[in-house]
Formats: sequence, C-alpha cells, structure tokens
Amino acid sequence: MDNKDRILGIVRKVSTKTALPAPDESLFDSGFLDSFALPDMVGELEREFGIKIPDSDLNPRKFESLARIQSYIESRM
Amino acid sequence: MAAIRGFGAYLPSRVVTNEELAAQLYCEAGWILDVSGIEERRYAGPDETVASMGVAAAEQCLERAGAGAADIGMVLVSSSSNERRFPGPASGIAHALSVDGIPAIDLPVASAGGLFGMALAASLSAIYGNILVIASEKMSAIVSRHPLERGVAPLFGDGAGACLIARGEDGPVEIVDSVLHSDGAFAEDLRLGWDAPLEMNGRSVILHASRKIPSAIAELLGKHGQSALSIQVFLMHQANQNLMDRVARALEVDAGRFYSNIRRYGNTSSASMQIAAAEWWKDPGPRPGDLICFAAFGAGFHWGALLARAV
Repeated sequence: MDNKDRILGIVRKVSTKTALPAPDESLFDSGFLDSFALPDMVGELEREFGIKIPDSDLNPRKFESLARIQSYIESRM
Repeated sequence: MAAIRGFGAYLPSRVVTNEELAAQLYCEAGWILDVSGIEERRYAGPDETVASMGVAAAEQCLERAGAGAADIGMVLVSSSSNERRFPGPASGIAHALSVDGIPAIDLPVASAGGLFGMALAASLSAIYGNILVIASEKMSAIVSRHPLERGVAPLFGDGAGACLIARGEDGPVEIVDSVLHSDGAFAEDLRLGWDAPLEMNGRSVILHASRKIPSAIAELLGKHGQSALSIQVFLMHQANQNLMDRVARALEVDAGRFYSNIRRYGNTSSASMQIAAAEWWKDPGPRPGDLICFAAFGAGFHWGALLARAV
C-alpha cells in the first residue's frame, strides 16, 4: 500500500463521510473533516507513519487536502 | 508549599437558551448542542460588570473558606473581557472588598488566566500570605458584537469564579505543583481587538488544545510519579464538551472524571475552571487523599496544569 492509500485510509477512518475525496479537494470544505476529526487524523498519521509531528507544524492548512498531507508526511519521513 | 482554602462563583440570573440564539444566528438549536455540548448560558445584566461579578464570586469564596477580607494579602484578577483598556478590574475589586493598599494585579489571559493565577499565587503566597485569585468574564458584550459569528457567539457566557490560596499548609487541599506554558506562534488564531468581533481559527485552536492539554497534564503527573488514573477529578477550562471528551480519551481515563457544567453555562473563558471548581468543591468536594488536577488552554496560546492533593 502506498502512502496515498495509507493516508486515504486514515481520512476514511476519522471521517463520517464514505465517499472518496479528490487529491486537491479541501477536506474541511467538503465535510470530510471537522475541527474535532482533525486532531484525530493527526494522531492517526503519527501512529501510521511512526513520526512525531511537532507543535510548530500543527497548522490546519498543512492537512487541508490529501495532496498536502502526503507532501507533508513524506517531508517528515 | 501552598494550599487551597476554598472556591466561590457567581453566575448572572439571565438564562440564554440555544433556541433564543439560534433565531438570531439562523441555525438550529440542536446544531449548537451537537458542536459544543452547550444548552444554555448566562448573560450579565446591563448593570453587571466584570468587577461586580468578580466581587460577588470573591465574597462567596471568602465565606466558604471561613476567611475575611482582612486575611487577604494580595488579589489577582484574570479577565479578557474588561469593559475598558485600563485600569483593569483588580484594583476596583480590591476596593469593593475593602482591602485597599494590598497589591491587586490584573492578568489579562483569556481562558487560561484562572489557572495561571492559581499557579502564580501558589508561589507568591510565601511572600503575601492569603491570595484571592478571581477570574471574571462578561463575554456576552464581546460575542454580541456584529456581525454575529455562528461559530463563536453561541459558545460563550458570563460569570466569575474565585479561589483563596494560602501560605504553607493552611488549607484542606495542598497544591503539589504546576506546569505553565506559552507559545506565541499561533497568537493570531484566537484574538480580540478593541471594539472588534472575536476572531477564532477553530480548527487550529481545537487541534492545539486537544494535544497541549493532555501533554501538560501528563508532564505534570509524570514529574510526581502519578498517572491520570490516580486523579479523582479533572477540573478543566470548560471550553467545549467535545474537547473535554477528547482530552479524557487521550489520557485514557473515563470522561466522567472530567467535571462538566458547560451544558448550563457555556464557555465563560478564564472564569470557567474556577466556576466548575466551586461547584465540585461544594458537592461532592475533596476527600482526604484525593488528587485533583486543574487544566486550561487559551489564547496566546497559554496552557498548563496544576496538581493538588486533599489532606
């Protein structure tokens, strides 16, 4: 499973929506994530990829879309 | 070493329901409850001020602690919603309590000011003796500013809390330790300008709060060889029920250990933690051996935790 699929699996785990978001679609505007699903997703990303996301990187825009999440995660690996 | 002698609170009498606000905000009352856990909040009357509510909470605190104004060596007042730029409410509250002459200091720290005040008082009590820590907020005057924000206006209410911190072991609950933190990197994500609406990046605030609060609690408990499971009650800033539930989950404790009154009062900013403490202190209250953990997070960002033990 590649990184994109692993991230998609996490989004679907914390989201109440079952549809597939487009890579550049805003996960917030499209309703996949709300304010409380976001910290859940960040925690799941840390566990899945074995990384610690520093507080300085806790900017919601970094996690706005699947493409942004993938870019950020791969920069931390 | 410092001790907690007691708490007091004041809530205005006017109850503002979700139904009343929903009509103004063009949303459903049930939506407000779902996103916040809040059913109603209190709004101060036109003649009630940050200072007058703070005085009322202080008087109840002193009465419950069996202390008089003459016993106080310092007053610390937290408020982020004072009616004017200066002076802050501290000197006026001290005057109303007839303790002119002692230092009365303002702490304009939104949401976390009650916690910061208690932690500072625990250290300063060695010098000043009994310190009255008051947190008072009239948030309705802020969130009623137009344009009304659906994501902000329903969250807040008015009220005041107070706590009497004593030197040494002169109290039924000793303060064991505290941890305080600040980080200005995200200061713009929760801010209030003069005469402007409150601006909040809710995603950022919740993201940081849901990680920093449990982190501070774990840091504090770890310093003293304790786990979250050993805490009898968590008295946390009442920001949002969903946030409290997530903090409990992060600490792997039952959410029922987090005392909550947010359904009745909403978020009263820095006053909320002490209002919650005043209620819990009255019923059921601390029993010998209980460990009590206070925690808060707010604009700045400022956050931290304080550990106390009933003796």
